[in-house]
Amino acid sequence: MSNKPSFWKRIFKRSQDQSNQDSSSNLEMTSESEIKPLDIPSDDPLLTLITTSPGLIEVNKHNIDSPTLDRLRADGVKLVLPLVSQGDLIGLLNLGSRMSEQEYSSDDFHLLNNLATQASPALRVAQLARQQQLEAQERERIIYELQVARLIQETLLPKEIPSSSGWLLDVHWQPAREVGGDFYDFIHLPENRLGILVADVTDKGIPAAMVMATSRSLLREAAERLIEPGKVLAYANDVLHSEIPPKMFVTCLYLVLNLESGEILFSNAGHNPPYLHSKDQVSELIATGMPLGLMPEMDYDQNRATIQPGETLMLSSDGLVEAHNPAYEMFGFPRVQELVRNYEGGDGLIAHLMQNLRTFVGEAYEQEDDITILTIERFEVLDSAVDTYKSVIEKFEGAQVLGEFAIASEPGSERRVAEQVLEVIAPLNLPEERYERLGTAVAEAAMNAMEHGNSFDPKKNVEINVLADEHQVTISITDQGGSSNIPKTTQPDLEAKLDGEQPTRGWGMFLIKNMVDEMNIIQTEDRHTIELLMHYGDGGV
Amino acid sequence: MTADKFSATVRNSDDNAIIDLFGSMNALADDVLSKAFEEAARFNPNTILLNFSAVDYINSTGIALIVELLAKARKNQWEVGVFGLSDHYLQIFRLTRLSDFMEIYQNESSALLT
Repeated sequence: MSNKPSFWKRIFKRSQDQSNQDSSSNLEMTSESEIKPLDIPSDDPLLTLITTSPGLIEVNKHNIDSPTLDRLRADGVKLVLPLVSQGDLIGLLNLGSRMSEQEYSSDDFHLLNNLATQASPALRVAQLARQQQLEAQERERIIYELQVARLIQETLLPKEIPSSSGWLLDVHWQPAREVGGDFYDFIHLPENRLGILVADVTDKGIPAAMVMATSRSLLREAAERLIEPGKVLAYANDVLHSEIPPKMFVTCLYLVLNLESGEILFSNAGHNPPYLHSKDQVSELIATGMPLGLMPEMDYDQNRATIQPGETLMLSSDGLVEAHNPAYEMFGFPRVQELVRNYEGGDGLIAHLMQNLRTFVGEAYEQEDDITILTIERFEVLDSAVDTYKSVIEKFEGAQVLGEFAIASEPGSERRVAEQVLEVIAPLNLPEERYERLGTAVAEAAMNAMEHGNSFDPKKNVEINVLADEHQVTISITDQGGSSNIPKTTQPDLEAKLDGEQPTRGWGMFLIKNMVDEMNIIQTEDRHTIELLMHYGDGGV
Repeated sequence: MTADKFSATVRNSDDNAIIDLFGSMNALADDVLSKAFEEAARFNPNTILLNFSAVDYINSTGIALIVELLAKARKNQWEVGVFGLSDHYLQIFRLTRLSDFMEIYQNESSALLT
């Protein structure tokens, strides 16, 4: 018999009283509530007796020092029938006196031994089925816990990314299958400042989600009250140290961005340093400090930097740098730094990093940890609509106005815009293929202007201007979308969309950019203009 | 102005379910396309063929709906093929890389030959 305590320690017996009850009571007797578990100590000689003498045991004929046998004897058990399956003791069938009060006969013994032979496999199957049922319940419990943890995590993340004239903020948050503890937050502060944090809680599942919830509310409250990143992290560290379980901690990068000057004030509690990308250079913004919750009364460096127009600051969690490829090589800081350095714009820094990560880890990659990448990009803002107008006039000096019109922002009107534009430019005799491409680009740009710029407010018009010179036609489509930013044009990741990792939508800007020879976005305080340029090609005027 | 109407019919040919599409593929096509896919799924096909011969307009939301249909088909391990695309929309299918994930045929008979 193999030594499997879980199998033999819970063996059931019937009590003497129960075995003597009438048939109606026997039904009750067999109910699970009246079956008492019998625990046999591992050193009880009864176990040796069972393994060395297979078959029935007559309780009163064995004089061994067995506490279990004594207890069975006291309960009136006369016969013990071991149930053995594949060498394992899986149960005992305990019998009291015969109801006729006669002794058990040799025929009875024979019958009972046959019964044990046949009942044992059936009991074993039942036990395995029960075990599988319990394991399935455990799996369901774990899945439920993961769902709860994921829900907590998602509920706490900001619903919207803040937008401000001259700034483009973007976030990629990709949780691992086993819920990790990444989170990020934006805190609006007085004097046109924005608090931005990226943090990572050690551990996974519900414990990480709970610490994340505590940390987030603590940091948010401290950020609004104390403003300065160093003080915010020092306060959060002291409170978390006394509140979170030992060995758990939180790494956190917190910065305060002045949206007017571009100056940032930042502190770091053991988190990945942010990278500042400028043209073909990258710099690491260093500030030292211990992770939150490890040791009390810590000081945190507080340093300054400035994000100039054209520069991008990138914050990330260690899920990015610690991703492994099949050869177990890490993506690593040097690679991330190099990718940030050679980023040439266009598709967005996040897309640039994620595309390279996917290539590095390969198709069989199973994400080990949450990945969070947050980018803060600053760009030039023209001060007013007058500047926009001037720039257009300067750029197209000598151009002829072919058409100027406005259309109310209503769903479906984009095709009307495209049809009107194509009608206006028909005399230019563009090749058919260019003509159709321009139609698609105009329809998409008009749809964006109506939906995202004017929120389909029928009182807000989309204005269209068509200019032509000897080389090209230029269509300007302008909405009244306020200071929100037009998202950067990125190459949609079709694999990710097909795998459900990204929304299926998000093709508009990509289509526009690729349908025309040149696309420009001009943003003022209260308007966006998309400018579409198309050369005439071989068949032009 | 062109009316933004969309409709679809579904038919069966051997192991293929053919969805004939009519009109403009934009946000308004969502429900019709979903129902057409469900109907096509009832044939448990090896391949779903989308007939674009009578589609005069596809915008970016229409592209998203095609991606959605393709994703659902892939989950069921069904191939997706298309035919009847104009040169312009064929160019868009290549640009968006949809053509990497679905076979593109000249017409219905060439689609059914393979």
